[in-house]
Amino acid sequence: MDGSYILYKIILASVILLISLVVAMYSTLIERKVAGFFQDRIGPNRAGPFGVFQPLADGLKLFFKEEFMPGSADQFLYILGPSLTMMIALLTSAVIPWGNSLSINGIEYSLQVADINVGVLYVFAILSIGVYGIMIGGWASNNKYALIGAVRAASQMISYELAMSMAIIAIIMMSGTLSLKDMVEQQHGMHWNIFYQPLGFLIFIVCAFAECNRSPFDLPECETELIGGYHTEYSSMKLGFYLFAEYINMFISSAMIATLFFGGYNFPFMDDLNLSHNALTIIGSLVLFLKISFFLFFFMWVRWTLPRFRYDQLMRLGWKSLLPLAIVNVLITGFVIMVKNHL
Amino acid sequence: MSENQNIGSLSGRSKVVSNKKMTFAERIYLPAIFGGFAITLSHFFKKKVTIQYPEVKRPFSEIYRGKHVLKRDDEGRERCTACGLCALACPAEAITMIAAERKEDEMHLYREEKYASVYEIDMLRCIFCGLCEEACPKEAIFLTDQMVFSDLHREDFIYGKDVLVEPVDKRVDISHRQTPEVLKFKLDKNQSHNS
Repeated sequence: MDGSYILYKIILASVILLISLVVAMYSTLIERKVAGFFQDRIGPNRAGPFGVFQPLADGLKLFFKEEFMPGSADQFLYILGPSLTMMIALLTSAVIPWGNSLSINGIEYSLQVADINVGVLYVFAILSIGVYGIMIGGWASNNKYALIGAVRAASQMISYELAMSMAIIAIIMMSGTLSLKDMVEQQHGMHWNIFYQPLGFLIFIVCAFAECNRSPFDLPECETELIGGYHTEYSSMKLGFYLFAEYINMFISSAMIATLFFGGYNFPFMDDLNLSHNALTIIGSLVLFLKISFFLFFFMWVRWTLPRFRYDQLMRLGWKSLLPLAIVNVLITGFVIMVKNHL
Repeated sequence: MSENQNIGSLSGRSKVVSNKKMTFAERIYLPAIFGGFAITLSHFFKKKVTIQYPEVKRPFSEIYRGKHVLKRDDEGRERCTACGLCALACPAEAITMIAAERKEDEMHLYREEKYASVYEIDMLRCIFCGLCEEACPKEAIFLTDQMVFSDLHREDFIYGKDVLVEPVDKRVDISHRQTPEVLKFKLDKNQSHNS
């Protein structure tokens, strides 16, 4: 553990942080563009060519908005809410393998900040804290709509975490490891988990939508009934943090889906290309980002296609459909593994 | 089913709704969801209806009736004689005016010895029917192809002579609207004093 190694990790972490922020920033523009295209419009195109400066203008606007705090709000918690949400949203990116490794001057540089052997557990631990940011923000606002939104968020995220974890357990049983890096390595070539766990993938992606509070599960912030839900009372950059965190969560979720089910940085026929290790790594990272982009698009596609679930439907789907399905999926996976090992 | 039950739908488009039990395919949502994806994706590649407004303008109808203009004659004198026929013809009561007598030194300003010292059209009342133009015996008021722009206060929509009378050096072209159809509409206006 020498100095250059620590420096490398700091640089890598900063780069990933920067990429997350830029991707989230431009997701807001792409979202509006995509929304426009789905509705036969062309979306924002006034700020710069194709509206590329729109996110900057939006950010600038948020910075210059009045920083308003309700008189009855709990000041400490009111500020803690968005900060926590933002921090937690950024934490998960540490264990995602953004690529294989680059070897420069004989030293291997892994494109993963921390290859911890409980990577999946870490992700779930972070996910379960995620609800606190929203809960604290909604509670501190001292507003009935914010509180209802926060309560909804809490129950929704807790409900869907169960089914999500269950879907992942089937993958863990197959791969026999909790390390995300090892999981990706096992999906080398075309052995992607989606082909072995289609049901698990379906459950996972539905739960991912619910965990991100994205449509059709955007009940915590539904504009029509709760005027914004947990962030009703927020303004300026605190609101910006909440909105921004949502897009970072989308980005990280897309990365997780790509990593767990679509082979991460693996791509088909990568062994037949006769390329050097470094070239393969770079192409692999690009492929991973391509996969992530597709899922980001899918998130938006779903948002502009499906209407919002009703609250009881949401709970019924989570507890009475997805959770039993996930358990059945675990049983089937276990059975198949047993049969394979004894035949 | 008796005939009485069919009477309800004259258009033939009404559907009988039933709360039947959903089939398995309907209950798992997925087929319907994928159907929705297909629909939205087809819209994604459709031609966009947006018109880039300030750069591209929607084509107007030839006989579009827009903002009014009070014309001057060839010597730059106001044609309006404040006869009030336009105000009388106006179904929306949007036009008001105050008549005044032309002074000796105003011969170059007004065509006849009577003129409108105040002429106001309330653009919020106006329905742009063009009856004022038809009623005018002096060929003084015309509807142009210009638009009435939005504004912030109601009182700013009452256009006075400062807006309506065409500037001497910037004449308003009203020939766009004078199509054969419009001229036919105004046939009985072939009056000698206008020639």
